[in-house]
Amino acid sequence: MLFPCPFCGPRDETEFHYVGEPKPRPEPAGTVGEADWADYLYVNANPRGPAREIWLHLACMDMFVMTRDTATNAVLGAETPGRAS
Amino acid sequence: MTARYSALTILRQGLTGHKGWPQAWRKARPKPAYDFVIVGGGGHGLATAYYLARTHGRRSVAVIEKGWIGGGNTGRNTTAVRSNYFYPESVALYDLALRLYEGLSRELNFNVMLSQRGILNVAHTPGQMEIAARLANAMQLNGVDAELWGPDEIRKRLPLISQSLDSRYLPNGGVFHPRGGTARHDAVAWGYARAADGLGVDIVENCEVTGFVMQNGACVGVETTLGEIRAGAVGVAVAGHSSRLMAKAGVRLPIHSYTLQAMVSEPTKPCLDTVVLHLGTGTYVSQSDKGEILIGGGLDRVPSYGQRGNPPMQEIILSGLTEMFPAFGQLKLMRQWGGVVDVVPDSSPLIGPAPVPGLYLNCGWGTGGFKAIPAGGVLLAHLLANGSHHEISRPFDLDRFRTGRLIDEAAGSGIAH
Ligand SMILES: Cc1cc2nc3c(=O)[nH]c(=O)nc-3n(C[C@H](O)[C@H](O)[C@H](O)COP(=O)(O)OP(=O)(O)OC[C@H]3O[C@@H](n4cnc5c(N)ncnc54)[C@H](O)[C@@H]3O)c2cc1C
Ligand SMILES: [Zn+2]
Repeated sequence: MLFPCPFCGPRDETEFHYVGEPKPRPEPAGTVGEADWADYLYVNANPRGPAREIWLHLACMDMFVMTRDTATNAVLGAETPGRAS
Repeated sequence: MTARYSALTILRQGLTGHKGWPQAWRKARPKPAYDFVIVGGGGHGLATAYYLARTHGRRSVAVIEKGWIGGGNTGRNTTAVRSNYFYPESVALYDLALRLYEGLSRELNFNVMLSQRGILNVAHTPGQMEIAARLANAMQLNGVDAELWGPDEIRKRLPLISQSLDSRYLPNGGVFHPRGGTARHDAVAWGYARAADGLGVDIVENCEVTGFVMQNGACVGVETTLGEIRAGAVGVAVAGHSSRLMAKAGVRLPIHSYTLQAMVSEPTKPCLDTVVLHLGTGTYVSQSDKGEILIGGGLDRVPSYGQRGNPPMQEIILSGLTEMFPAFGQLKLMRQWGGVVDVVPDSSPLIGPAPVPGLYLNCGWGTGGFKAIPAGGVLLAHLLANGSHHEISRPFDLDRFRTGRLIDEAAGSGIAH
């Protein structure tokens, strides 16, 4: 399979590393209870079908969000995450 | 009552053309209500039903399976059974399973073809040898059989292993676990199903659970493609489909579903009499009773519910095979397949009450739950019958992610399966 790196273009899937599901980090850290923190660290939606996932392209180290269908493995799109302002 | 299998019945059936064998289990239609409903007719679900009936005397039990029993990972795995784990919590769990496997054919009156031909983890580098020694020590301290082998013992047991000095991964030694081996996967599912059915359990195939019946915040039954079924308590053992199903009860889990693939070669003469895990390449291999070389390896790199496996991992697994046993490069591949496995961050299972009253979980076995089937059944049955943990399942509760008391076997025993 070819995955679309926003920086390098289409590349072989073996060059990519799965990082995780995009989720907002609970803030501020001092007020986050252990259950919410455990949720953030470990719990996943793990959907069957279209899924938004963070991937790393190991060749250029670009991190991006790819949408894939986890039932068919088809790639549905890729986006560069917004830069924090 | 289920007819007993014996040498005499085989003889009698043989004389009458094998026309009189009774059905091994009934094709049950679901009743409106049971004391216990188990979702998932894999090994863990079927064993749970069996022990509920056998150990706890609870006969009002149904197993609900969306396809056919054993059609999930139980019928797709590479059948390695062993208890070579690192942490005492894991050893208590997997050694319970192995001890039960050792008596299972007799207990179920069904030959599960347990073959304790041993499991050998082959190490190559000095670093791997140190980890191997650490694992062997941990196993011995936990009361499990383990031997630390050097290169000569490896070459003696595996004459076909790559030994030329220019090979990339020369065998340096390893850990041998004599009680490990293989069992027949279908027979484990069928044996538990037949024995449970004999005790009055209803096994309902071709019936998918589509949701849960909730009352005052508690689960009181399941919705299925054959209608609603009420239950005093519901046990869920659906492996890679756990996240999807539990989402219907509003429960989210620390699981990623991945495809794990395996393949077999054409049958060949007996040439490999143990199970070998090659630490250098991550490929593991055994020879089936039919003579096929059975080959497995790591997870696909892509989270997936696609039950087939991607070519890059297939290539990695096969290049590992020909690296460790160059002679197997001549064999033709016959079949390749995949299963959807439920991977948890610390590579240990999830056993315990779900955050919803009335619902209990047995999942997260990932790449290695076939060997655990008897224990998974005993423990989920205990939870359902008593509403509380058995001491062996307590450490595997979902709460370990909140308390931080993880049981990280990927780091501990260094093996993914
Ligand atoms: C290729 C491969 C190799 C493996 N090798 C080994 C090995 O060598 N040793 C080892 O110990 N383990 C191995 N494993 C892992 C092992 O197969 C699993 O951990 C184990 O079989 C899990 O058993 P189970 O009963 O939990 O799940 P399964 O056998 O998958 O059963 C779950 C059942 O639930 C059903 N189901 C799902 N959703 C629903 C629903 N909504 N309603 C009704 N039914 C539903 C499914 O159809 C399925 O039959 C391997 C797995 C794979 C895929
Ligand atoms: Zn790139």
